[in-house]
Amino acid sequence: MADPHLSQADIRHVAKLARLALSEQELTKLGSQLESILHYIGKLAEVDTSGVEPMAHALPVHNVFRDDVPSDPLPLEKTLQNAPATDGPFFRVPKVIGGDEDSAG
Amino acid sequence: MIGRARWENAQHKARRLAAGISKAKGFCASRLAFDLICIPERISYPSTSVIAEFDTLIAARDAVRAKRISAVELTRATLAQIDKLDPVLHAFNSTTADHALEQAKAVDAGTRTGPLAGVPVALKDNICTTFGTTTCASKMLENFRSPYDATVVKKLDAAGAIVIGKTNLDEFAMGGSTENSSFGPTRNPWDPSRVPGGSSGGSAAAVAAQMCCAALGSDTGGSIRQPASLCGIVGIKPTYGRVSRFGLVAFASSLDQIGTFGWTVADAAALLQAIAGHDPRDSTSVDRPVPGYLSELSQPMTGLRIGIAREYAQTKGMDPQVRRAIDAAIAKYKELGAAIVDVALPHAEYGVAAYYVIAPCEASSNLARYDGAHYGHRTKEKVNDVVELFSRSRAEGFGDEVKRRIMIGTYALSSGYYDAYYLRALRIRRLIKNDFDAAFEKCDVILTPTAPTPAFPIGEKSADPLAMYLLDVFTVTANIAGIPGISVPCGFTDGSTSGGKALPIGFQLLGPTFSESTLFRAAEMYQSATDWHTRRPTLTA
Repeated sequence: MADPHLSQADIRHVAKLARLALSEQELTKLGSQLESILHYIGKLAEVDTSGVEPMAHALPVHNVFRDDVPSDPLPLEKTLQNAPATDGPFFRVPKVIGGDEDSAG
Repeated sequence: MIGRARWENAQHKARRLAAGISKAKGFCASRLAFDLICIPERISYPSTSVIAEFDTLIAARDAVRAKRISAVELTRATLAQIDKLDPVLHAFNSTTADHALEQAKAVDAGTRTGPLAGVPVALKDNICTTFGTTTCASKMLENFRSPYDATVVKKLDAAGAIVIGKTNLDEFAMGGSTENSSFGPTRNPWDPSRVPGGSSGGSAAAVAAQMCCAALGSDTGGSIRQPASLCGIVGIKPTYGRVSRFGLVAFASSLDQIGTFGWTVADAAALLQAIAGHDPRDSTSVDRPVPGYLSELSQPMTGLRIGIAREYAQTKGMDPQVRRAIDAAIAKYKELGAAIVDVALPHAEYGVAAYYVIAPCEASSNLARYDGAHYGHRTKEKVNDVVELFSRSRAEGFGDEVKRRIMIGTYALSSGYYDAYYLRALRIRRLIKNDFDAAFEKCDVILTPTAPTPAFPIGEKSADPLAMYLLDVFTVTANIAGIPGISVPCGFTDGSTSGGKALPIGFQLLGPTFSESTLFRAAEMYQSATDWHTRRPTLTA
């Protein structure tokens, strides 16, 4: 975990992964803020963690099963009540295939 | 109700105006606009006698039960208090007056009963309700109406509580000052030029300004305990899994927990009693009986062992007045017969760094759902495809801090960095948990300051995200380890650094998992020997 240097290209790449269409101004500001935060986080490298099992959850978590009993789903009008655009019983969005190379992902 | 609706509308407009200016000219302009709109020459205070008499949960509950006041009367008085003070304090994003009055009428009619019958409570605006909106203080969810109620809302309903409104927060609960709200900051009732803490700053300020008797918040890294401390009230973050998270808008799922605010330990305990327990809709909620927090509160506590972590003595940036108040609290416990034990938390100093990897990683994943497709903000720009729709909607809908955390999380989880950041942070998480396990072999609870400083001026730290993160030093480790923590008022500054206004200070007690009852009793032991919790702010502007 060397001291991070983030180029504009790095920041742009992360923003793309995060699906954030940031302005040039935001990219520049975020770049320097992220560097200083990552520099602080670099402190974690001081700790010897060899042989330590990662802990994703504070309490032991197990699969939880329940009986497969049919129940009523959320009614259609409630499902769609916050939709920005609808078409009958569907959410309406622009075309999914084509355009950006990640679109189909 | 027409008058009330009109008032809500006017206030809504004022906030949107401020938010609009903020978008055009930057955050300072927004604050200025907010000041111009909202700060009157002088606020009359103290409150009406009804509010002053019944501003705690227990007092309100008993008064309604004994019919010394009707639930409708109490609800109206509470709404009037909000009308009077909230234009300045902005603790609420919305009030649910009609819904509250209906609930109150049912209490008076005897058709709505329960341990909290008739008690006005407020909910942090990231807890889903089918009535009113659930905004998370984000432009992304500005008009969002939840199709379902959170489990805690159903439980409050079953307990007979009156839900008075939804309180302001840092957007999506990310922050420690409530300045990151898209709808403008909340002000601290003890000094309106200062922050109330955060992210549950609206809930803490609402209780402290007597605009509700108690409130729910959520705590991912200190978001209940720190604002409780800065607002001079009690706040508890329960053990992870003690309260269902179903219907709590997710920020960092392995750290988030709903908890309670009140003026007294008993208030916080009574409210937690109503919402704790297993929920089949949250598979991480723990199926384990809920103790009688309130009934156990009166059991005398003997032989209490309080751990003091030697590492915390070296914390940088500790305010000397906070240090003095904490030392005095420790002395008081000694006087009351508690044993003070030295404990070691050698990895505590890595808590903030580990937290600011784990929480953003989880957030970047949780917030991926806001894409402008199914609900929430959708860009008005013309877009060529769905990815552009996502990217533009998200860039427009999220505020700076949320974007920052999504970026940190996305970076830390991205290929080539996953092991160095995320996995390393999870290993350190285990070391922090192990430290606590070892410490609780030697003591029942650990006492720390809740926050290194009292409330700071609005705007002071908003340009420096890292400085804000460092304020979480005493609180994040509880979320990392999943253990409960409570903040208890333990004094005030002398006002010498805040224009004569005395600012509240709190200490934190941490305990092993599911030790809430011990925390309440240990806190009660201190509270019953002190009178900090009986003080109320005097507002002048």
